[in-house]
Amino acid sequence: MHRKSLVELAADLRAGACSSEELTRASLERIGRLDGRLNSFITVTEQQALDAARAADARLKAGDAGPLTGIPFAHKDIFCTRGVKTSCGSRMLDNFPAPYDATVTRKLLDAGAVMIGKTNMDEFAMGSSNETSFYGPVKNPWDEMRVPGGSSGGSAAAVAARLVPVSTGTDTGGSIRQPAALCGITGIKPTYGRVSRYGMIAFASSLDQGGSFACSAEDAAIMLGAMAGFDERDSTSVDRPVDDYQATLNAPLQGLKIGLPKEYFGEGLDAAVGSAVETALDEYRKLGAELVEISLPNAQLAVPAYYVVAPAECSSNLSRFDGVRFGYRAADPKDLADLYTRSRGEGFGAEVKRRILIGAYALSAGYYDAYYLKAQQIRRLIREDFLKAFEQVDVIMGPTAPSTAFKLGEKADDPVSMYLSDIYTIAANLAGLPAMSIPAGFVEGLPVGLHLIGNYFAEGRLLNAGHQYQQVTDWHRQIPQGFE
Amino acid sequence: MALDAADVEKIAHLARLGINPEDVPEYSRNLSDILAFVEQLNAVDTTGVEPLAHPLEATQRLRADVVSESDERENFQSVAQVTEDGLYLVPQVIE
Repeated sequence: MHRKSLVELAADLRAGACSSEELTRASLERIGRLDGRLNSFITVTEQQALDAARAADARLKAGDAGPLTGIPFAHKDIFCTRGVKTSCGSRMLDNFPAPYDATVTRKLLDAGAVMIGKTNMDEFAMGSSNETSFYGPVKNPWDEMRVPGGSSGGSAAAVAARLVPVSTGTDTGGSIRQPAALCGITGIKPTYGRVSRYGMIAFASSLDQGGSFACSAEDAAIMLGAMAGFDERDSTSVDRPVDDYQATLNAPLQGLKIGLPKEYFGEGLDAAVGSAVETALDEYRKLGAELVEISLPNAQLAVPAYYVVAPAECSSNLSRFDGVRFGYRAADPKDLADLYTRSRGEGFGAEVKRRILIGAYALSAGYYDAYYLKAQQIRRLIREDFLKAFEQVDVIMGPTAPSTAFKLGEKADDPVSMYLSDIYTIAANLAGLPAMSIPAGFVEGLPVGLHLIGNYFAEGRLLNAGHQYQQVTDWHRQIPQGFE
Repeated sequence: MALDAADVEKIAHLARLGINPEDVPEYSRNLSDILAFVEQLNAVDTTGVEPLAHPLEATQRLRADVVSESDERENFQSVAQVTEDGLYLVPQVIE
């Protein structure tokens, strides 16, 4: 069962070839047997999942089922889930059963999808390796000595290991696409504002965006379609109908113009990863696409601009964790300042503290113009580069990450080197553009991701390009050894 | 711009963030590295460039000032560590 796609499972459910309860039990059984090696789940919601599965089976029987009804999914532990621990990978929220559902949670549950559990992640989504989690690192199913990427490492590993067919993620600087690449699966971050941020614990509000993981672009399309949509409760949600992502999957790629930014194929890119990406691009040529070199002149400024904007917004967002209303509270505070300082000091881990400190510094009196304002100006330059490129091409492609999965601990002590693992993904967040990673081969047994960036609201185009590639390649069907 | 131990302690105080004294040198090193890394932004001339706050240039949506949520005080306070009679408790502030 675990080898089947979401589309195949949904067909089986409708045909009565299996029940949601059977799928759910199969998923729970695999998690019980295999997740000890990966640590991809923080919480497994077995009873809740079985109840939801039975309800889904009743809906299927009654003919009241959508494409996700009865399908098990794993939910990143950043999305509030009523009555279930929503930790955000932090000690700060280890004692936090969310009192309400995120809009994404609600939409998926209403669609009849069966939440199997909450997945491990970098603390407050701050990390590129899943090593900053309070619950310990997640292991990459392709090599358990290596990281799965981050911050949505648990969601990516759980799909790669076929513990669940689909999962949710969030992406502030690459947190869906980089782990998708490192784990050999498909992951899409839509246009900023496409998926509601209500109940999605905030890291950097002008960059955060929810999205989906799956084994194929087609499955990711179905999942994203269910998550997307306008939400009054999110002030930056976009009031515009959601495209039918499935309807355009089969459009031919004849004449598609693909832009290859020369800045994404230069220094810093592992040569073997680069050649795997070139091979994937050749496939697109065969599919009738036209490849043109383009330039994104400010590309190298994306990571430094991000490491001003994201920490600044993080320091502001995380000021809500004060030990009073929710989350960790230090024992025996001697006064109010001590309550705040110790609750935050004891509740947050090292990377979160680093970002709060950088952000507080960048926003402090006398430095605001030099850092935050400057970074926001650079952000506009980066966006203009993309707008100019999209006058010329339909989709931009390149590597998702500069290398394959690195070893656990390899970059843990060097924040700047860790930050550079998001060198190709961050610009799409700064500009708010949709972007996706699809599996495009292997280097020494480790997956390589192909990165696709689209114009605003061109999610359908990205998923189409991914789906067509997956019709002529089978990288996305590869399953890591030990998880077959 | 390098941040020394005193800078780190000052920022930590501003952020009401407790850090262990023995960790200060490492924070000072890490933060200085990060600031050195973002320093390259200064090489770019951004005169006259409008800062970008929202990728889609959207402005704040307004809604009618009407009650849209029900009272969930009990539910929301159930996740607080210390409450009493519907109030959140903190150490005494005023003598």
